[in-house]
Amino acid sequence: MRPDGGKDVSQTSHGIGGLSYDAKKRPWPAEFNVFLALVILVVAFELIGRVFLGDSFLFNTRENVSGLFNEQRLQIIILQVSIVGIIAIGVTQVIICGGIDLSSGSIVGATAMIAMSFAQVATVNGNPNPKAMFLAQGWTDLPVIVPLLVAIGCGLLAGLINGFLIAYTRIPPFIATLGMMVTARGIAKWWSKGQPISFPTESFAAIGKGLMPVVIFISLALLFQLILSYTKYGKHCYAIGSNEDAARMSGIKIANHKVLVYAIAGILASLAAVVLCSKNLTAQAGMGVMYELDAIAMAVIGGVSLSGGRGSIIGTVIGSLIFGVIISGFTFLRLDAYYQEMVKGVIIVGAVVLDQWRQRRRAIGA
Amino acid sequence: MSDIVLKTENLTKHYGGVHALQEANFELRKGEHVAIMGDNGAGKSTFVRQITGVEQRTDGKIWFDGKEVNFAGPIEAREAGIETVFQNLALADDLDVPSNLFLGREKVLFNLGPFSILDRKAMRKATEAALVRTAVKIPNLSSTIRHMSGGQRQCVAIARTATFASKLIIMDEPTAALGVQETAQVENIIRTLKENGEPLILVSHNMRQVFDLVDRIVVFRRGKIVANLRKQDTDGNDIVAYITGAKTGQAELQAA
Repeated sequence: MRPDGGKDVSQTSHGIGGLSYDAKKRPWPAEFNVFLALVILVVAFELIGRVFLGDSFLFNTRENVSGLFNEQRLQIIILQVSIVGIIAIGVTQVIICGGIDLSSGSIVGATAMIAMSFAQVATVNGNPNPKAMFLAQGWTDLPVIVPLLVAIGCGLLAGLINGFLIAYTRIPPFIATLGMMVTARGIAKWWSKGQPISFPTESFAAIGKGLMPVVIFISLALLFQLILSYTKYGKHCYAIGSNEDAARMSGIKIANHKVLVYAIAGILASLAAVVLCSKNLTAQAGMGVMYELDAIAMAVIGGVSLSGGRGSIIGTVIGSLIFGVIISGFTFLRLDAYYQEMVKGVIIVGAVVLDQWRQRRRAIGA
Repeated sequence: MSDIVLKTENLTKHYGGVHALQEANFELRKGEHVAIMGDNGAGKSTFVRQITGVEQRTDGKIWFDGKEVNFAGPIEAREAGIETVFQNLALADDLDVPSNLFLGREKVLFNLGPFSILDRKAMRKATEAALVRTAVKIPNLSSTIRHMSGGQRQCVAIARTATFASKLIIMDEPTAALGVQETAQVENIIRTLKENGEPLILVSHNMRQVFDLVDRIVVFRRGKIVANLRKQDTDGNDIVAYITGAKTGQAELQAA
């Protein structure tokens, strides 16, 4: 038996030092707050619409269309964010891991140019395709798998370079991906000397047709949410983001993991590029400018902590919906597009301030 | 010889011109709890860092579990069966208790490389069992480490150590930052380990704690082992005399 009767201490107290656990005071999951923000935003637009415009934001008010909701608006809300949303899935994982990726927008540009070159038709209206990059080589009318694999290859390569730079030279992710951002944009412009690349095959154009971007976005989001929640990879992302030294001491191979995370982010950016140029039926060197910041903003609004270790794909998806609702809402209120950007900026900063505030409140135990 | 878990011979570490550790000869037997004491900078932590492979020794030999060993890093030492609770607890703040316990050695359902599916149920069960075994009380296993008190964190770190240590546990000042009751809790865990016959090296400044818990006390001073005494052969004043240098010379305990 224990000499000092110390067993009593551990048996009488609920926890150490007599701390008890109050299930009611358990903090809400961050995603719940984000969802609440989304609901409040929708209700606000609905109310403003009803009062000032006599129109509904969410519900169907037209007689010639059936259905309770304004389906067209709902589709637009999610459709306009789904391509950046695909990027945000990768960016979320990078941020959870304690990093940042500024290169995704440029990877979209470069990948769109290169992949589109392998997705072109030989003839347009009976004439040779005027925009074809590889007409002379006969690389036209290729099966859709070719541009898809080329795209994934581009994203993978860019992501691997990011990952290796960050993991092995130990330069800050901000710098490494900033370098990739500038370089990839340069490649996008150099590829066709600034000319747009157009006229894709029908099968390639089908990837981004109609609501396909939404389907792809949601499928990828689900897949990666499951991976983050249920696999070793996911667990290690959170571990590295919350305490890199602890993760290293626990035997996690940090360098390998980081390379993998940035490679996945690169691939997701390249998939976004495929959907984007397929939807637009053309690829241009300026595609995806600022997408990296929108993707980061979606993640941050969705509760992903910029200091790493916290967040989820579900949060980011809700964050992207908030983005979509704001854009649609401003259009609905017939406000100028310029205001959208201003408000977007305020919301991004606001989300980070809120996150800091939440952290501080938690630290003092309130 | 066969019941010796850890043995060092002439273990020496120089940082440039600083002789942080000089010719330390140390032995630990099965089931034995040994305290390492000494003033700040006496070489205690340096000694621990050489054994756990965090640093590479300048000279000397280490035997662990009957074999001579050369750990290239802390992970190798851990794989060999040495678990360490460091002063800066190696826990991930945003993960819950089972995730922290199994960090880096997760149980998996299907092995798919990095995308292996975690066996969360099994890890939770094993965590509950480990906490019972070490008598650690954590009110809620699914709450993250961030929401825990210093004592609870320390207990998680120790429970983690005790769960996996097959052969040797090293604790570097485990109660330095804790309150009275939290300290009592950690000490109870150490007693439980003693009852389970797990050998332990405890680095501590706390005289009462040391006399309460361990079998043998080793005192470091200026990088050298100056005393190696069985608890019943000494007292607090004696130990303080060795720590401060009032009493000098090698007080060797004859291995019984």
